[in-house]
Amino acid sequence: MRYNWTNTEISFYKRGGFLSEPIVTLSHVEKWYGNNHVVKDMNLEIAQGEFLTLLGPSGCGKTTTLRMIAGFENATEGTILVQGERVEDKEPYQRDVNTVFQNYSLFPHMTVYDNVAYGPTIRKMPKSEIKERVKEMLEMVQMSGYEKRKPDELSGGQKQRVAIARALINNPKVLLLDEPLGALDLQLRKQMQIELKRLQKKLGITFVYVTHDQEEAMTMSDRIAVMKDGVIEQIDQPSQIYQKPRTRFVADFIGESNIFEGVVEKAEGKLLTVRLAYSGRDMGLSDNGREREIGVVQALSGDDTCPPGSRVCVCVRPEALCVSECVQPGFSFPAQVMDSVYMGTLIKVMLRTADGQEVKYSRFEETEGLEEGKKVQLYWKPEKAVVMPDDRFQS
Amino acid sequence: MDDNRTPKAQSSDQKKQNDQYGGRWLPEKSSSPARKKSRLPLLAQAGPVSLWMVLFVTLPLLFIIYVSFMTRGTFGGIEYRFSVGSYETIMDPMYFTVILKSFRVAAVTTGLCLLFGYPLAYYIARKPQETASRLIMLLMIPFWTNGMMRLNAWMLFFQVNGPVNYLLTHFGLTEKPVMFLYTDWLVNVGLFTNMLPFAVLPMYSSIEKLQKSLLEASFDLGAGPAKTFLKITLPLTFPGIFSAIILTFIPALGTYTVTDMLGGGKVLYIGNIIKNQFGAIRNWPLGAALSVLLLVITALLIFLYSRFAGLEDMEVV
Repeated sequence: MRYNWTNTEISFYKRGGFLSEPIVTLSHVEKWYGNNHVVKDMNLEIAQGEFLTLLGPSGCGKTTTLRMIAGFENATEGTILVQGERVEDKEPYQRDVNTVFQNYSLFPHMTVYDNVAYGPTIRKMPKSEIKERVKEMLEMVQMSGYEKRKPDELSGGQKQRVAIARALINNPKVLLLDEPLGALDLQLRKQMQIELKRLQKKLGITFVYVTHDQEEAMTMSDRIAVMKDGVIEQIDQPSQIYQKPRTRFVADFIGESNIFEGVVEKAEGKLLTVRLAYSGRDMGLSDNGREREIGVVQALSGDDTCPPGSRVCVCVRPEALCVSECVQPGFSFPAQVMDSVYMGTLIKVMLRTADGQEVKYSRFEETEGLEEGKKVQLYWKPEKAVVMPDDRFQS
Repeated sequence: MDDNRTPKAQSSDQKKQNDQYGGRWLPEKSSSPARKKSRLPLLAQAGPVSLWMVLFVTLPLLFIIYVSFMTRGTFGGIEYRFSVGSYETIMDPMYFTVILKSFRVAAVTTGLCLLFGYPLAYYIARKPQETASRLIMLLMIPFWTNGMMRLNAWMLFFQVNGPVNYLLTHFGLTEKPVMFLYTDWLVNVGLFTNMLPFAVLPMYSSIEKLQKSLLEASFDLGAGPAKTFLKITLPLTFPGIFSAIILTFIPALGTYTVTDMLGGGKVLYIGNIIKNQFGAIRNWPLGAALSVLLLVITALLIFLYSRFAGLEDMEVV
């Protein structure tokens, strides 16, 4: 599947996402490692001052994309522009971007001061000015007083702060962060996420952030580009990505979701009526290949058009589902409560439809009416569910 | 806002980091109480090694020092009577000249080994593991042949009517055959080829350990290849270079096989003189005294050098 400009992206422009020229532009970028097509026809525009996250499972090409912007990898084809200037033929040390590496990559033989002062020293900034800048940077990342320490005498979080200071001291146009918090423990990671976001807002520098952690992406980003197999599946604001996933993969990867397969019966504007037909292929429940029906439901279509008769997926978030004891006027279908887990603020319930598909449901209230074995009706508000073409049936 | 970690967590972090840099970069300064506790088991662990060292290094060394203060027997051998005669003998400026010359040859050899060895080590280290192992194998293969054979081959190669001189005269580069044999020059070539693997191996292991991402970080911060080499690669591979220097300089200083054969009887080096004292001349006390002198000078130089280079807490070899 190729990446195309979408309505959500156009709406991003309308919302004023790109007030000025994009600071980084990737157009038709391809990357091959031998026979391995890692990045496929990538088109990406990154706005000035934006916090953009490249999100995806390992091997989706997100790090490669970042490394191509940094200059550590050459794009096999396509052009990369940083502030309107072509950089494909520039060496990493000639580019106005800086990187924060996953493993920090602090120079082990240098003190914290020397590490941070490395960039300005290379550019032959006067000594007194360097001193001032380093002081300022270390203050900003709250590492004052650590100047004389060697990297090995710092904890993981401290190392990462120094690495950030070392990159930011150069006033980069774009800061590239390659899973910078990957090696930290959960608590520290959450704290650093907030700090990073704060830092980015304060400095107004464009951050391009690579991660495989969808929660991290949600917390920090202005926009998220969800990648899979070298292709951007969807790029939008976190809330849009969550509420209106464009593909089955995005729906699955970002948060929890229930995906029902079916065929469009009727389309009235955005409102689609879908006949759910669970094929049960994943669970070996297929009845001689004949698909079993769940029922007819309604949902809004996403950005991609789904004409009547086309195979689609209906994505409903667990918290968007509704449970009732009786049949609802619009639509509803029966299911049986299998299991419920109390999670403190949240109750997670696993249900099974008459045809064996498992459905995740969660809500904040008590478990009342959700006893194991109880038969209930499932439904949702059509605007809370999104219909997308079933990519397994696309060429 | 700050991430105060427990000391335990920090030291384990540190340990991880140490592993990352091959345990080279930070001698563990922290956690002294834990250290004290394990002192005894540590000694027990070091026991066999200490025994080995005492038996095969310390005792022979002490014996050499002891012998150096004895008297030469009339018909060779040692007469166990205290004397400083040998040390008086080596005050002769002749020995000083010889030692100086030996140092010069050893220094040139070491220099050549570093000059050619470092790029070679770098090249090998940047190859994939499998290729690297093969290349190192190629480097080591000559050492499966007998050392004497190799030296003889060099002699045949460079002798007056050997292939080198044949080519030189054939193409009219020289009118008369060049006398390569028995010169410092050929001794240097012989020593260089002999020592090269010992220089390449420690440097290879140092360069191989160097994380590629550190070089990328340097590029990223605006340093070109030359600056990156000087500021990152060279300092971080210095332990390897230091090992290479030790491993080539000291053997080159004491060698006598190479100098005997390629240098003939004509050029005398300290190694040959010592060998002759223990061999043909049979003046053991003088040989021992010369050995002690060589030992003291070498130890002093290494001490000064490591001080100068700030290598006190560096793990060498």
